[in-house]
Amino acid sequence: MTILYSILVLSLLGIIAGVSLFFVAKKFNVIENPLIDEVEAMLPGANCGGCGFPGCRKFADVLVNSESIEGLFCSPAGQEQMEKIAEHLGKSVSKKAMQVAVVRCNGSCDVRPVTNEYEGISSCAFAAQLYAGETACSFGCLGLGDCELVCAFDAIHVNVITGLPEVITDKCTACGACVDACPKQIIELRKTNKKDLKIYVSCVNKDKGVVAKKACDVACIGCGKCVKVCPHSAITLQNSLAYIDDELCKLCRKCVDECPTHAIIETNFPEKKKQVQENSSDIE
Amino acid sequence: MYTVSASPHIHAKQNVNRIMYDVIIALLPAFGVSILFFGMSALYTTLIAILSCIVIEFLIHKFLFKKQDFSIKDGSAVITGMLLAFNVPSSIPWWIIIIGSFVAIGIAKMSFGGLGNNIFNPALVGRVFLLISFPVDMTLWPKTTLNQSVDGLTGPTPLALLKEGIVSGKNIMQIKGLPNYQDMFLGNIGGSLGEISALAIIIGGIYLLFRKVITWHIPVFVLLSMFVFSGIFYLLNPYMYINPLFHLLSGGAMLGAWFMATDMATSPMTIKGQIIFAVGIGIITMIIRMFGAYPEGISFAILLMNAVVPLLNKISPSRYGSSLSIKK
Amino acid sequence: MKLRKKYAMQTFTKGGIHPLEHKLSSKQPIEMLPIPEFVQISLSQHIGVAATPIVKVGDSVKVGTCIGESAGFISARVHSSVSGTVEKIESIIDTSGLYRNAIYIQVHGDEWESNIDRTSDIVSKIDYTPQYILDKISQAGIVGMGGATFPLHVKLSPPDTTKPEVLIINAVECEPFLTADHSLMLEKAEEICIGISLIKKVLGVDSALVGIENNKPDAIALMQDIAHKYNGIGIVPLQIKYPQGGEKQLIEALLHKEVPSGQLPIVVGAVVVNVATAFAVYEAVQKNKPLIDRVVTVTGIEIPKPSNFLVRIGTSIHTLFEAVGGIPQNTEKIISGGPMMGKALIHSHMPVSKGTSGVIAVPYNLAHRDEPFNCIRCARCVQVCPMGLQPYLLQLYSEQRMYEQLETNFVLDCIECGSCSYICPSSRPLLDYIRLGKNKVSQIIRKRKQK
Repeated sequence: MTILYSILVLSLLGIIAGVSLFFVAKKFNVIENPLIDEVEAMLPGANCGGCGFPGCRKFADVLVNSESIEGLFCSPAGQEQMEKIAEHLGKSVSKKAMQVAVVRCNGSCDVRPVTNEYEGISSCAFAAQLYAGETACSFGCLGLGDCELVCAFDAIHVNVITGLPEVITDKCTACGACVDACPKQIIELRKTNKKDLKIYVSCVNKDKGVVAKKACDVACIGCGKCVKVCPHSAITLQNSLAYIDDELCKLCRKCVDECPTHAIIETNFPEKKKQVQENSSDIE
Repeated sequence: MYTVSASPHIHAKQNVNRIMYDVIIALLPAFGVSILFFGMSALYTTLIAILSCIVIEFLIHKFLFKKQDFSIKDGSAVITGMLLAFNVPSSIPWWIIIIGSFVAIGIAKMSFGGLGNNIFNPALVGRVFLLISFPVDMTLWPKTTLNQSVDGLTGPTPLALLKEGIVSGKNIMQIKGLPNYQDMFLGNIGGSLGEISALAIIIGGIYLLFRKVITWHIPVFVLLSMFVFSGIFYLLNPYMYINPLFHLLSGGAMLGAWFMATDMATSPMTIKGQIIFAVGIGIITMIIRMFGAYPEGISFAILLMNAVVPLLNKISPSRYGSSLSIKK
Repeated sequence: MKLRKKYAMQTFTKGGIHPLEHKLSSKQPIEMLPIPEFVQISLSQHIGVAATPIVKVGDSVKVGTCIGESAGFISARVHSSVSGTVEKIESIIDTSGLYRNAIYIQVHGDEWESNIDRTSDIVSKIDYTPQYILDKISQAGIVGMGGATFPLHVKLSPPDTTKPEVLIINAVECEPFLTADHSLMLEKAEEICIGISLIKKVLGVDSALVGIENNKPDAIALMQDIAHKYNGIGIVPLQIKYPQGGEKQLIEALLHKEVPSGQLPIVVGAVVVNVATAFAVYEAVQKNKPLIDRVVTVTGIEIPKPSNFLVRIGTSIHTLFEAVGGIPQNTEKIISGGPMMGKALIHSHMPVSKGTSGVIAVPYNLAHRDEPFNCIRCARCVQVCPMGLQPYLLQLYSEQRMYEQLETNFVLDCIECGSCSYICPSSRPLLDYIRLGKNKVSQIIRKRKQK
């Protein structure tokens, strides 16, 4: 008999609890625009903060409730997805070029000799404020991985052999977290295209040419030959450092050949026909 | 080529191994007394406990954590083994102590993340688990080889005698067989392996204070709060409540106060927190001893206060500059 | 001020550690280091804006010629410490570890500016106006010589809302290995007392307290002897404890008052000045000599003859080591300053600056850091922190980038003394993370103020 009573009492308690929960949920229901849920589902959901808002839900809220979404963009979602969202909301989104993070330093261990041994925590921000670095170039990459730590998309990793970070362009969404994390401001968001063809000066050393070259073999020495040879006036020289503007650059590659220290890097271009002058270097 | 690091560029000669070895040395007097009173079974139990703790920690590090470079040389597994053995009767079957080691190391220490990350004192978790799972084996204390006055092979602890007497309606004066203070101080009583001799434990505790491994606050406040709490009740009714000195010298009070409560990973980080922690342990122990069903309560008290430690750690120490001026 | 027996074993109350003292050079008299062949004088040897150079390549300079002019409110002048020709103005790594502009002077002879009094007679007349003394201090480019290098004329011009009551002279020298202040007190006690009286005049205070640690009994006795002749200078022996030389701890030890969080010592009426700075004030006001040299301790466990040298500013540290027998073979680190708060140098060819109190060659067994282990929650770091903070917690927050919690836990109060990292049995890099946290929190606060 006691078993029957226990079952009855507990079942009754359960039913009462269920019914009250139902009514409470109905009464205290927060009415939200259902569009916000739909837009949030269309966003990548990485909560990376690249849009400038804390989290994808907040961004969805802003997209739904703003008059115009011209200035708003989610890099991880990409151009196509943003256009779909805009269509869904009946608004229009601005066209933004495809961008990717670029590491502008090529000073690996074999071209940039070490002058001391760093002992301490693996934090670029810490080493940068402590001293000038393990090498004679005080502008170059420290290789301690702050960029790798902040990337929410697993798109940048420090190569243990060269000591430099490498970006996996397929995964990079140009959210900008690594750009903010680098204390030497070496990483930059640059325009790219479907084939990921890029040309950039892989150096941020602002020292005079002689000093820069002594510290690192592939430094930009500010000689200015690239500026002279560029047919589109895309290269500027300031503080002994050349910079290629990615809007003006038409990817003609004349500067890459011209640079005496090979500081200008081209990525994913097809191999050029080799010139005959290679023979002279073999004889040496 | 020189090394560049941030300051400071020198380091004290302290490391984790030294601290652990100091604790092991401090436990040796109690270990010696246990062999003296309980014979070789004490030695075997302790050795089995230590070995099984070391082996289990090694296996978990290697196969579960998959760590390449770890070291069991840091002695913390040895200490857990010793303390677990000290909390059980020396005549316990070997397979029970191995289960206890598994619970202590595997569940209470490793599953929280290893050394320093555990919330509960591993040896006490092992002991309480064994107490609840094997209540008979855990409450059969062997007769000490020196105390021949009791018949049979097993002898009860002073606290068990006390609880049994009170529960059966006697008052303090009528309970027979309570040992005198000299016996309790030196260790000539029944009880778990390591808790019998107050003197041996105090010697170990003073060694730890001298080597600056522990601070005096926790042991002193545990014993003080036990003394005061039981003292109040003793003064109110000496027929129902035995005097405070008995409580201090019996059961696991000394072992708990000096070695179990002061375990670094599970005690608070600030002095204010430590004092509250110690007073809590003292009061809960006395409540269980006087009003609870168990004769001994310090294991439960310490575990309960361990759970409160993260909250106590939120009490900040007094900061420089928080009081505008201090006048002496 | 009468010396009361009650002061005998004073110290600060919170935390503190007792590292081995290693005062290997404490019995060595000050030796004159021969004039080097060249000097590199950094233009930012002080906190604040770097000085602007006022000489060009090819200019001739004498000892005491001003070569860098103060460039802002918190800035100081820089003078040549040798006579010769300016060969280049270049960017070098100085003892701060970062690239700074420095003036390279090739030395010819030892010609001094004509207005400098080079005699060693003691000049005791101090009846000047406070403004005159302050101007002389500013012209001489005097900065704090204990290592902090704050421009002295700015420190001695506190804002009108505050009133200085006591001058505190920091002669504690709590860092292991260093003995520069000790040897200076033994040889120049009279001049130091005159310098203290001059600073008292600028501030308009009646009393000065000199804190000296008990490991220098000869200096305490000598200073007590000499200070009796002067009005209002009290010598206070203090217990030996690190970091007693930190100004907040020293103020607590001497005045029993705590400086509120985030405020300067002047709000409790105290101004703290290093004893070597007081000596530099004497030389500047009474002898017209700008800050061009200082006492530097050159020491190390493996150094054959640890010594105290009187060194011209800008001398290469390599030259200092050569004077004591060269840098030992197994040296792992070269430190400028003390081993607890000094900076490890990239190489030894760096110039001595106004704040370099010592250079130490540290062998591998003292210098290397063990592999960090788990935090065993022993709470030693909490016990030793002189500011009453919780280093283990600050390190955790910094590692997890929880900057708001760092701010509410007063990470900016940390004086970076290094006691926590020193004592940690697991060799955890506590101070590294705390410094990182302080840096990030300061950046966040600056951005917040700009909005």
